[in-house]
Amino acid sequence: MNPNYLDFEQPIAELEVKIEELQLVGSDNEINISSEIETLRDKSTKLTEKIYSNLSAWDIVKVARHPLRPHTMDYIPRIFTEFDELHGDRHFGDDRAIVGGIARLDDRPVMVIGQEKGRAVKDKVLRNFGMPKPEGYRKALRLMEMAERFKMPVVTLIDTPGAYPGIDSEERGISESIAQNLAVMSRLATPIICIVIGEGSSGGALGIGVGDHLAMLQYATYFVISPEGCANIIWKSSDKAPDAAEAMGVTSSILQELGIVDATIPEPLGGAHRDVDLMAQRIREHIITQLDSMEQLPLEDLLAKRYQRLMSYGN
Amino acid sequence: MSWIDRILPSGVGSEESEKRSSSVPEGLWKKCVKCEAVLYRPDVERNDDVCPKCDHHMRIGARQRLGSFLDDADREEILADIEPVDRLKFKDKKRYRDRLSAAQKATNEKDALIAMRGALQGLPIIAVAFEFKFHGGSMGYAVGEKFTRAAQLALDERIPLVCFAASGGARMQEALISLMQMAKTSAVIERMKIEGVPYVSVMTDPIYGGVSASLALLGDINIAEPDARAGFAGPNIIEQTIRQKLPKGFQRSEFLLEHGAIDMIVHRTEMRDTIARLLSKLTKQPLTPAEEQPPLPGEEEVDEVTIAPEGDE
Repeated sequence: MNPNYLDFEQPIAELEVKIEELQLVGSDNEINISSEIETLRDKSTKLTEKIYSNLSAWDIVKVARHPLRPHTMDYIPRIFTEFDELHGDRHFGDDRAIVGGIARLDDRPVMVIGQEKGRAVKDKVLRNFGMPKPEGYRKALRLMEMAERFKMPVVTLIDTPGAYPGIDSEERGISESIAQNLAVMSRLATPIICIVIGEGSSGGALGIGVGDHLAMLQYATYFVISPEGCANIIWKSSDKAPDAAEAMGVTSSILQELGIVDATIPEPLGGAHRDVDLMAQRIREHIITQLDSMEQLPLEDLLAKRYQRLMSYGN
Repeated sequence: MSWIDRILPSGVGSEESEKRSSSVPEGLWKKCVKCEAVLYRPDVERNDDVCPKCDHHMRIGARQRLGSFLDDADREEILADIEPVDRLKFKDKKRYRDRLSAAQKATNEKDALIAMRGALQGLPIIAVAFEFKFHGGSMGYAVGEKFTRAAQLALDERIPLVCFAASGGARMQEALISLMQMAKTSAVIERMKIEGVPYVSVMTDPIYGGVSASLALLGDINIAEPDARAGFAGPNIIEQTIRQKLPKGFQRSEFLLEHGAIDMIVHRTEMRDTIARLLSKLTKQPLTPAEEQPPLPGEEEVDEVTIAPEGDE
C-alpha cells in the first residue's frame, strides 16, 4: 500500500504507478506512448473525481488527517507576507502547538494564530502533535488582545487532535484557558475569521475558534468528540469510528446545513495536499473577501452580529 | 451499564453503579458510597446528603439542590419550556430521540438543567443546577440555551447568577451544536462580567469536558464542594496518553484549589451562608438573617422516609 494514498485511494495509486512506469519506458523508447500516458492520466483524474465525489464522513476525516495534509506552517508563507512570529504567554512558557504572529495580507497587517501538528518526527514532538497546553491558549489570547489594541483583524487556522490531556495541562488549568478564550473572543473588538484547515477537535479547536466567520476547507472535519472516542463510548470499540463519524455529522456540508459553518472552501481534486499553492490561494482570496465585507460594517454592528450568532446556536 | 456510566469520562464512574452493589435496602437506610457506613436516612437528609460519618458529599438532584439552597419563600421555576432538539437525528444503537424520552421519563425533567428565580437569605438571585441523572448532566442545546437565558435574565434584572454544575461534558449526540453551547454560555458570562453582575460557579462532583472548559470555570467566584472531581480530560484518557498512573487526589477540589483554579472549597452545609455572604458584599445589598427564614422542608419531614430510590434510568 502506498502510504501517500489513503485506503480508498489505492486504485488511484495503482494508476499513478503505471503512469510513472510508462514515463520511464517512454524516455528511452522509439514507440510513442505519450498518448497512452495521456489516456491514463485522464483515467486517473476521472477516477479521483469519482472517488472524491462520493466520500463518506469517515473518508473525509482521513483526508483531514492525511500525512501530507498542509498545516498552518505550510499555509502562512503562501497566504501572508512578512510573518513575524511572536512567542510565549508571558506567564509560563511558549507552546509550539500554537503558532502566532503578525503578518501582512497585501498591505493589511493581520494577527495570524494557528495550530501546528508538525511534519517530521522531531517537529511533531516539538509541537506536541498539535495538542496545545494552557500556555498555548494563553499565548493566543495575548496575541488576540494585542490585535484588538492595534486594530488588526485576527485570522485563526484550526488543526488539532485536541487540547493536550496531561497532568501538567490540568495543573495549569487547561479548562480555564479555553473558557477564557471563548469568553474574550465573543467580544474582541476586531474582526475574527476562523478557518478549519484540517482537524477541528472539540474544545481544543473551539479555543481559537470563536469569531465573525467560520469556514472549513472542503475535506476538513470538526467534531465535539473524535469519531474514535464517540465509538468507544457507544460501541465500546473504536472500529465503529466510521459509524460515529456518520452519526455526528463531522463534515463541512452538514455543519453548513446546521448553520454552524458559514462557508466551505473547495479543495483541489484529491485534497489540499495535491496542490498546496492552489489551496493557499483559495484560502487567501476567501479571507480577503470576508475582511473586505466585515470592514464595511461599523465595529459595533459586527460585534452585535457576532453575539447574535453565538446566541442562535442550536435554535 | 447505565447511560450515565457511558457518558461519563472513562475512569470517573457514577455513584449509581457503585450503589447498585449495595446490599442495603432503599428506604430507611442509606449506605455511604465512600466509607460504606450504613446511615439512617433522615440523618443524612438533615445533613444535606453529606455523610455524617466521613463527610462524603453524596450526589444530589438539581431540584433538591435548588430547594435547599434558595429561600423557601418566592421560589419559582423559570424557563421550564425549553426542550431538547435532535437536529442531527442522531442514531447509534438507539435513536437519540428515544434516549431522550427515556431520560425524560426516568427523571421527570425535560433536560439536564433546572433554573429558578428566588432569593438567598432575602437577596434576589437566579440559580441553576445540573441534573446529573439526565444524560450525565451533559450540555446540549437545551442546557446551553437555558443557562444562557437564565444569565440574560440575571443581566436584565441585575441580580446575581449562581450555577451548580455536575456534568460529564458536551452531549455528543448533538455534536457540534453542543460544542457551540460552550461559546454561547461563555459569551453571556462575559457580558455579565462587563456589566458587573455577579456570577458564582459551584462545582459539584463531577465536572468534565465542555462544561468545565466553559461555564464552570468562568465564575467571578469559583467554588467547589469537598472532594469533587473536575477536569478537562477524563483520568483514563490522561493515563492512556501519558502512560503513567495519576497522582492521588488528581483533579479533586483540593487539587483545583492548590493549582489556583478555584477560590475556595465549601462544605455543602455552609454553601448557603457562604454564597449569601459573598453576594451581599458584591451587590452591596443586605441579607435577611437566616433565623428569619422559614424552616427548610427537610426539617419538617424527618419522619417521612418513603424517599424514592435514586438512580436507575
